[in-house]
Amino acid sequence: MEFMSETLYIAAIITFGGMFGYFLEASGLGSPKKINAQFVLKDWTVFKVMFTSIVVAAGGFLILDMLWITDSSTFAIPTTFFWAMLIGGALLGIGLNIGGYCPGTSVVGLFSGRIDGLFFMIGMMIGILLFALLFEYIEPLYHATKGAESQTLSELIGLPSWVIVISLFVMAVIGFIAGNKVERKGNGVINSNDLDND
Amino acid sequence: MNMEQKPRKFWPPLIGGIGLGIALLGMFVVTGHGLGAYGFYKRIIVWIGDDVASQWTQANAYLSTSLGKGHPLDFWISWEVLGIAFGSLVGSLVARRFRFKIERGSGISINSRLLLAIFGGMLSGFGAALARGCTSGLGLSGAATLSVAAFLFLMGFFIAGLITARITRKVW
Repeated sequence: MEFMSETLYIAAIITFGGMFGYFLEASGLGSPKKINAQFVLKDWTVFKVMFTSIVVAAGGFLILDMLWITDSSTFAIPTTFFWAMLIGGALLGIGLNIGGYCPGTSVVGLFSGRIDGLFFMIGMMIGILLFALLFEYIEPLYHATKGAESQTLSELIGLPSWVIVISLFVMAVIGFIAGNKVERKGNGVINSNDLDND
Repeated sequence: MNMEQKPRKFWPPLIGGIGLGIALLGMFVVTGHGLGAYGFYKRIIVWIGDDVASQWTQANAYLSTSLGKGHPLDFWISWEVLGIAFGSLVGSLVARRFRFKIERGSGISINSRLLLAIFGGMLSGFGAALARGCTSGLGLSGAATLSVAAFLFLMGFFIAGLITARITRKVW
């Protein structure tokens, strides 16, 4: 039984990981060109896919919590380290536009045939090694400006979760409308056949 | 070009996003945590480090906390990354989108593109180490739990990305 449940657990993780890869690839987010087109605001796919998935998952937790199926307050909720996370996020944004990938999408890129994805992965491991080598100098920044333990937006603002989720939903709708408008105007959406024209 | 080879179009972002949201939701329900990627690369560094420079790795304050917990396959994130690889391989093959290539703009050489891929990767790996997670592990998964940390991270990510893209658009 012990072995069986362990196997099922791993099977579930592979399945959800597989869906993650499948939907990223199907949306075109394995392509550096398509991702970069978001950051020059021609193709809003990154925003749309990310925001939709956040609203679906957050909305799902609300419903499952109400039905007593889950208790999302027990989920792993990261704790804020203000400067480390703001600067770290910025470095990932810069790295994405220079190198074409995020840690996750480099796997998608490589396994849909993009050799540059492998080079990005090698770069990432060099970056982690550099971080470890320089850690004694970075450590003060790494631990600085710690926020409240596992703080959520609803705790920060003092509004119930469902208000936050509905606000995110409204922001997503506005983003979709704005994005569609810009995309139509600039004819900037990159599709799979566009990537074959090089 | 042969009609057989014509790639299928990408899915509408709404459908892709719903699928991704369900994957994220399912992962949380079963495991209590979201999807990630950065942790896998750190595991590899710790594993190799322990093998080739065991003393240094044990003395390193950043890596040593992850030591002594075994092979990368003992960790959920390795199985998840295996799933990502499998899902994108099957998806791209079935939709005839799989292409061996080095994706780049017309104005940049292959060597420059690969060097930039390594450099971008270095910034990304360093940044994810600093932030304690990457776009999926901290940004996407954290945002689903409405975590303040995640939205802070995503703010830095998008603002810096939007600025950098003005300079790097020639690469693409």
